[in-house]
Amino acid sequence: MSQNIIPHHLFGKEGKEVRFSAETLEKVNKIISRYPEGQKKSALLPVLHIAQEELGGHLSVDVQDYVASLLGIQPIEVYEVATFYTQYYLEKVGKYVIEVCRTGPCAICGGEDITDYLSEKLNIKDGETTADGLFTLRTVECLGACGYAPVMQINTEFYEFLTKEKIDKAIEELRQKANLDKPKESKWVEKF
Amino acid sequence: MGRKILTDKIVIPGINTFEVYKNNGGYAAATKALKQMTPSEVTEEVKKSGLRGRGGAGFPTGMKWSFLDRTTPGPRYLVCNADESEPGTFKDRYLIEKIPHLLVEGLIISSFALGAETTYVYVRGEFKTQIGILSKAIREAYENGFLGKNILGTSYNLDIYVHSGAGAYICGEETALLESLEGKRGNPRLKPPFPAVKGLYGRPTVVNNVETLAAVVPIINIGGDEYAKIGIGKSTGTKLISACGNINNPGVYEIELGLPVETFLNSPEYCGGVKGGKSLKAIVPGGSSVPILPANLILKTAAGENRLITYESLSDGGFVSGSMLGSGGFIVYDENQCIVRNTWNFTRFYHHESCGQCSPCREGTGWMEKVLHRLEHGEGRHKDIDLLVSVAKRIEGNTICPLGDAAAWPVAAAIRHFRHEFEYHVENPEIVKNHKHAPVPLKEMEKV
Ligand SMILES: Cc1cc2nc3c(=O)[nH]c(=O)nc-3n(C[C@H](O)[C@H](O)[C@H](O)COP(=O)(O)O)c2cc1C
Ligand code: SF4
Ligand code: FES
Repeated sequence: MSQNIIPHHLFGKEGKEVRFSAETLEKVNKIISRYPEGQKKSALLPVLHIAQEELGGHLSVDVQDYVASLLGIQPIEVYEVATFYTQYYLEKVGKYVIEVCRTGPCAICGGEDITDYLSEKLNIKDGETTADGLFTLRTVECLGACGYAPVMQINTEFYEFLTKEKIDKAIEELRQKANLDKPKESKWVEKF
Repeated sequence: MGRKILTDKIVIPGINTFEVYKNNGGYAAATKALKQMTPSEVTEEVKKSGLRGRGGAGFPTGMKWSFLDRTTPGPRYLVCNADESEPGTFKDRYLIEKIPHLLVEGLIISSFALGAETTYVYVRGEFKTQIGILSKAIREAYENGFLGKNILGTSYNLDIYVHSGAGAYICGEETALLESLEGKRGNPRLKPPFPAVKGLYGRPTVVNNVETLAAVVPIINIGGDEYAKIGIGKSTGTKLISACGNINNPGVYEIELGLPVETFLNSPEYCGGVKGGKSLKAIVPGGSSVPILPANLILKTAAGENRLITYESLSDGGFVSGSMLGSGGFIVYDENQCIVRNTWNFTRFYHHESCGQCSPCREGTGWMEKVLHRLEHGEGRHKDIDLLVSVAKRIEGNTICPLGDAAAWPVAAAIRHFRHEFEYHVENPEIVKNHKHAPVPLKEMEKV
């Protein structure tokens, strides 16, 4: 890992030791092998998805630095990417991240009321996490599912044609599931 | 009934698997192309078909392929654009989900035609399920000898890899997509050089949309000439239209280009009319980036002719009274929708998605968003309306990539066709302050 890291103004380094399991590392190396010699950096976006999921739910500076070292690039090259794309979380998020679409086609099909309802129900505003650490609410732009509006995504699973009843049901199910503390289904690492 | 050549087999159970797809005529086109045709013969068929890019710009695909620099030694790339993030567009997701092997087969034929031995499919990161489906289809194609080394006993080798984005609309722009694929921020590149000369890793590259590449399969099956017979004039073939908004049957429909907009909107076979028996107020026919048209101008052109779903008919009248086919994202607004609110919403989208490289786009979209927010919330002034028009004009044509235009056009069009609604907002601050829908019915507003 590079020793000459410029101190970060956005978020601090915790200095925690992070690393992938041997199994995940093997998968990561397979992803890297898809790009030509000398183009390891191409694997950055997919590897960040995996890192976020497997190393704590968000991309802490430690995780970003670790990914930089894996791909042989400067930490700044990871920071500028991690801060550009909306699917990367830079701060701690809840176990379930609710991303509700706020763009036109959803908005004209009742999306705004759905967002308000979620906010009231969970008693949090856009960008906040519930006190129990279960849910984070984020409004996002078009999810490419406008014909099924209003739409939200919870940890990358889509919930479509939303109504208040459907939201109640989904939240209740997730609360139950969280108690059982099952591992997450559909992991990124298995998709590639 | 319109002819279907992309989605005709979607109803067959199990068509997402290699076996069922192959047993129903799948991979016949790939076999034909690789075993009986040369790369230039394949390109020739695509040229003859008149196929135009389905990602939004409508550029002739055969011509794009023939611009690819084939003389410089070293690798060339095909990159499939499955970023699908234009609001109103959800057709590529549908194709990948329902019939992934059609895309895989299209990729094989197209890569062969371009002489590409490595092909990447850039899928937006939110489509994790679809990434899984496509990855599985690709694995099956490898297992059955349609990918890998010496495909079907020929000397042709091809690897296809799925690459995920991570949430950025701008990565749909082809040079931003290439930057992103190289592991960088999605900052569009200055052109020229075009990707056909210097693309991925500085190598000659073709970027095509999912639907474009899928359409290559029927073109090889039936022949370019036969494909060109479907549609009207320079709008050949079929197009997937993703219909959403205030209609009875939202969804993805394959139509023959040339279908009247009115038929598409009202026929029970397609949108099934405006929901709840309400009146039609406006339609955005090609994704959020194209001009919005009021009911009278979307159903008929200014000259009173039926508006058809073709590249030419939808743009008839230019920006004065026309729009564009764009990506085929068909967004329908009923009489209760507020045009000012929708314009503010879309502008917020473009401001959020601007990569920030050029000041007209970065600052202009933010400025427009602020002014529109003011108007929408009853704090606007009359001169704000002209201010918006002037900012939009200054963005248009002055930026590195077309996102600037895409942000400017909808604002200009909304004011052009619905100026009275913007004026109503200025004059009735108390009424518009807390509304989400149109403050008064369409007819009344026009009287104001
Ligand atoms: C801001 C912006 C976003 C775009 N988004 C997409 C997209 O999501 N999918 C797509 O296929 N093309 C998109 N395009 C168009 C691409 O730049 C490119 O023209 C297209 O992928 C070429 O493929 P085609 O010729 O097959 O249409 C976008 C263009 C711009 C300017
Ligand atoms: S027009 Fe906007 S999105 Fe395109 S390069 Fe400029 S700032 Fe970036
Ligand atoms: S606008 Fe919500 S998914 Fe497209």
